Amino acid sequence: MTARTLYDKIWDDHVVHQAEDGTCLLYIDRHLVHEVTSPQAFEGLRMTGRKVRAPEKTIAVPDHNVPTTLDRANAATMTEDSRIQVAALDTNAKDFGINYYPVSDVRQGIVHIVGPEQGWTLPGMTVVCGDSHTATHGAFGSLAHGIGTSEVEHVLATQTLIQRKGKNMKVEITGSLRPGVTAKDITLSVIGHTGTAGGTGYVIEYCGQAIRELSMEGRMTVCNMAIEGGARAGLIAPDEKTFAYCMGRPHAPKGAAWEAAVAYWKTLFSDEGAHWDKVVTLKGEDIAPVVTWGTSPEDVLPITAVVPSPSDFTGGKVEAVSRALDYMGLTPGQKLTDIAIDTVFIGSCTNGRIEDLRAAAAILKGKKIKAGMRAMVVPGSGLVRAQAEEEGLAQIFLDAGFEWRLAGCSMCLAMNPDQLQPGERCAATSNRNFEGRQGRGGRTHLVSPGMAAAAAITGHLTDVREIMTENV
Amino acid sequence: MEKFTKLTGIAAPMPLVNIDTDMIIPKQFLKTIQRSGLGKNLFDEMRYTQDGAEIPDFVLNQPAYRKAEIIVAGDNFGCGSSREHAPWALLDFGIRCVISTSFADIFFNNCFKNGILPIVLPQEQIDILMADARKGANARQTVDLEAQTVTTSDGQSFPFPGDAHRKHCLLNGLDDIGLTLEKAAAIDSFEAKNAALRPWA
Repeated sequence: MTARTLYDKIWDDHVVHQAEDGTCLLYIDRHLVHEVTSPQAFEGLRMTGRKVRAPEKTIAVPDHNVPTTLDRANAATMTEDSRIQVAALDTNAKDFGINYYPVSDVRQGIVHIVGPEQGWTLPGMTVVCGDSHTATHGAFGSLAHGIGTSEVEHVLATQTLIQRKGKNMKVEITGSLRPGVTAKDITLSVIGHTGTAGGTGYVIEYCGQAIRELSMEGRMTVCNMAIEGGARAGLIAPDEKTFAYCMGRPHAPKGAAWEAAVAYWKTLFSDEGAHWDKVVTLKGEDIAPVVTWGTSPEDVLPITAVVPSPSDFTGGKVEAVSRALDYMGLTPGQKLTDIAIDTVFIGSCTNGRIEDLRAAAAILKGKKIKAGMRAMVVPGSGLVRAQAEEEGLAQIFLDAGFEWRLAGCSMCLAMNPDQLQPGERCAATSNRNFEGRQGRGGRTHLVSPGMAAAAAITGHLTDVREIMTENV
Repeated sequence: MEKFTKLTGIAAPMPLVNIDTDMIIPKQFLKTIQRSGLGKNLFDEMRYTQDGAEIPDFVLNQPAYRKAEIIVAGDNFGCGSSREHAPWALLDFGIRCVISTSFADIFFNNCFKNGILPIVLPQEQIDILMADARKGANARQTVDLEAQTVTTSDGQSFPFPGDAHRKHCLLNGLDDIGLTLEKAAAIDSFEAKNAALRPWA
């Protein structure tokens, strides 16, 4: 039998129909839904009299619009249009009989954190959602990617997706990471290496010792940003850590079904000799804590570097860098550690899980944020929030001067009231530093949770390793 | 979905690389529960000042390009989020075709669901089309989907690639869901087989 990649295997097991031109109908095991990209899809079903084909495989949760302040039960905390969008999801979930975690439910949170947490996401599955960060679920060895609203409607109606198979790309991170270097630094460094279009047309499988050594939380951070490298999906082969994470989750199989599932999951790896269309290898020990300086996730450098000059680039990137530096208010040659920060945001589907909060709290313990700094922690789900409170992390954040919020997407994309003002500069653990992403004129520097915490203490971008040394 | 067959129209040059979906339609306009009406906010933060005044330099505000139907763009157009609001906004403005060296996958796919044709061409040809688009309103380019060609205002023609299924749907304005539901029996049998092989899924 031909050697196959992990992506090939999952693909093959989900093809419902293949047309002569190679277009496939792919079966979808889990469909995650949120309030922003679904209303028009449900409306389409109503207009055509269609039903949701597999409501038991469809899971909805509001996350993008919801306020994360403690008073959010008060409807006045939401703008009228946000309220309408969340109410539409409430109604659609009820009318179509799909699984639902409303804002009032402790299990509510960012859709990509809730899915794995509740055991909906399992190895070998196909998972889609009307959200590009669906790539997150690839950490379980599931084929997971974002889709548009027309495709959301298509999946709701048919439980399938029309797809053409992508190419296989292997990203290997050899060796181990050095202290202070995290999954976020891996995923940003890979994008810095390949560019934001480097993965276009590919599904990435991340592998190598440094990936194996990551926790499930870290693996989710890596896969989450596959899309920022242009790849629709990122994958990591499941292993004992994956099985241990899944075991006992509310929607994971139990008993004999669990044993059968694990036996199948153990077949999910890329065969020796499988064909790769592209291979990228980075040494784990070469990866430093990194930060973005521009308005594209590929604009990434080690924290020890200086702001580059447009003349360091070629082609269309020259103009783009010039525009980015102007937008970001930075000067070529300026040390990255000299960049003063106004706001720190810890959260998002990239870094809103318990391990991320532990990493930030470890830096903040016994310290205060810089006077005048606005700093917030937004846990990825109500259950992450509860666990962080139980572990005493919430108190560390509060003592340091952080706001301790309820769960949601919050300032990652600023659809709720948490926004940057023009010129306001933010160290964020989120995934996109695009112009206007966190608010019109807002300036975003993407970093790991530890780096965000370090910047909150000093008031400027800071090498987290220096604070770690102080803390010893 | 409106058919796409042949289009002759004004092409707006947007050479910036990595034009992302947050630029195409900023998040404050994603709170709609409809598909229509987003054209006035297309490229909102590049097109208007904070007080809503037009920024005269922005290409679609220039008299020659206010009725553009084609955009010739820099690399990696449409990167970022999966928001279909991006093609909805382009369509609502009147854009039916975007030409670039590369597109982000999800955006590329979303275009076809809305009667917009994204065309990938090599850099040398993009350079020629960009120069042609810079000539302004009288320089109309022609996109012929049946023949799979783009032609500049002075008659230089370039073939473009495309897959049969997408071309068929676009030429005929077909609804994907209707086509897939014709394969309901195949979906039923897949589900039956899957229930035995992977009951936990």
